Amino acid sequence: MSEAAVGITRDEVAHLARLARLAVTDEELDVFAGQLDVILGAVARVQEVAAADIPPTSHAVPLTNVFRPDVNVPCLPRDEVLAAAPAAEDGRFRVPRILDEEA
Amino acid sequence: MDLTRMTAAELGAAIASGETSSVEVTQAHLDRIAAVDDRVHAFLHVDTDGALAAARGVDERRGDGETLGPLAGVPLALKDVIVTRGIPTTVGSRILEGWIPPYDATVTTKLREAGIVVLGKTNMDEFAMGSSTENSAYGPSHNPWDLDRVPGGSSGGSSAAVAAFSAPLGIGTDTGGSIRQPAAVTGIVGHKPTYGGVSRYGLVAFSSSLDQAGPFARTVLDAALLHEAMAGHDPMDSTSIDAPVPPVVAAARQGGTGDLTGLRVGVVRELSGQGYEPGVEAVTREALARLEKLGATVHEVSCPSFGYALPAYYLIAPSECSSNLARFDAVRYGLRVGDDGVRSLEEVMSLTREAGFGPEVKRRIMLGTYALSSGYYDAYYGQAQKVRTLISRDFAAAFETADVLVSPATPTVAFPIGERANDPLAMYAADLCTLPASLAGLPAISVPSGLSEGLPVGLQVMAPALADDRCYRVAAALEADRGHPLTEEAPAL
Repeated sequence: MSEAAVGITRDEVAHLARLARLAVTDEELDVFAGQLDVILGAVARVQEVAAADIPPTSHAVPLTNVFRPDVNVPCLPRDEVLAAAPAAEDGRFRVPRILDEEA
Repeated sequence: MDLTRMTAAELGAAIASGETSSVEVTQAHLDRIAAVDDRVHAFLHVDTDGALAAARGVDERRGDGETLGPLAGVPLALKDVIVTRGIPTTVGSRILEGWIPPYDATVTTKLREAGIVVLGKTNMDEFAMGSSTENSAYGPSHNPWDLDRVPGGSSGGSSAAVAAFSAPLGIGTDTGGSIRQPAAVTGIVGHKPTYGGVSRYGLVAFSSSLDQAGPFARTVLDAALLHEAMAGHDPMDSTSIDAPVPPVVAAARQGGTGDLTGLRVGVVRELSGQGYEPGVEAVTREALARLEKLGATVHEVSCPSFGYALPAYYLIAPSECSSNLARFDAVRYGLRVGDDGVRSLEEVMSLTREAGFGPEVKRRIMLGTYALSSGYYDAYYGQAQKVRTLISRDFAAAFETADVLVSPATPTVAFPIGERANDPLAMYAADLCTLPASLAGLPAISVPSGLSEGLPVGLQVMAPALADDRCYRVAAALEADRGHPLTEEAPAL
């Protein structure tokens, strides 16, 4: 039983949050760092069992190259799709600044 | 005659014969929701107008002499993770608050084709991550057996609705136990089909290699009828299995005769003992004795890798979720926060996800991000995938001597609201019994097995892939032996 903490640091959690595009607060960082440390300590038990000769399973049902007929069908109605978007302009999604230049 | 106390099969027959109408049945359930849902909070959205319009449509088709399916006109509670065109779908999250989907899930389409009336969308743990509905951004649902306790999760809104007689049928989704665990703790029937048995098209993804939708009902036959209506191959889901739907309705009827002669039942040794309440184990032992009385032979089997199901699951599911939930980017749907014309897309995305996701979702996204990151991938995600192989091998070995495997569906009865809300690991333990079948993609049902201190206990029956019918047969035999659905014993709301 290796339920011991793995020693994930607050800085590492901050890095994970950046990778995951989560603007977490300082208070959250403290809470998550403690919780993730405990959870990772518990799930690290998977390292006890599986040896090199065991193949990984990514999917319970073996499937390869699933195809369906390429049938032309109407796409979703544009206005309905854009109505569900946070912002739209000229029949397109309007997005915040992408390139690193003045707005 | 109280229409809300009838089974779905009875309601379908009464509607087909003209004894009652779908509008009457639907209205009776809408009235029940109005009377009890302020206390149960099973629903996030009640679609009164849409439900009555669908009911009128069924009544008109019947009036025109059309032959309709066995569930035509029968109402249903739909988990808010299944998208519904024109009806809000939130997945229990702020990030999709107010989103009106522009398309229907395949499950939604199949319900409509079967004439099933969708009463509304039910509460759930945010993005189906949880075992209590306490992770819903819209507040928890309550267990109709004891309103201070959880109705299970993540599909707790649907289980609560069915147990509260607000709907005879419900749909949930099960990634690690989210149908079986809520069914068990609310005293109803819940089945997770073989992975790929029901289309995932339009099911908002949490963990794609595990997510599977399935039925809730108060009787085994009702669950089987709904299973048949919602299952089947779908070209829109590349992981959908191209095989006939297992004969679940026939199996439920056969099991209903109460004869299990010749059936070999394996009891999984590793799904008992530490962490399991004595009351749950006592009810389970009694259920095993009843199976023997009905003609089955019962023996113990050992699945040594099952002890690693929980750690493997809590690496695989968060890994897949961290990838799947990347689609919530504040561009195409849902919330957008902090778009002031100056901030970059990346800043807006981070502020939106911070504001839109709750703590459990953030925890799992970061956990998955960690498990998949360079340097940790082999030790965490890679090892978890190997455990998945070992669990499948354990199942294969056990099924050499057993037709079905059984265990408690949950280690404990419904726990009080708030008890585990701040302890993620304690909450994860609620899935202890259900995770192995999830990781192996196998069908598994929870059927009421009795009461422990007045609260429902469920027996889990697991079967080989595409042998869902075996789960229904065993469940129906146990139900027939009791003589009535367990919900008949629930205190009045």
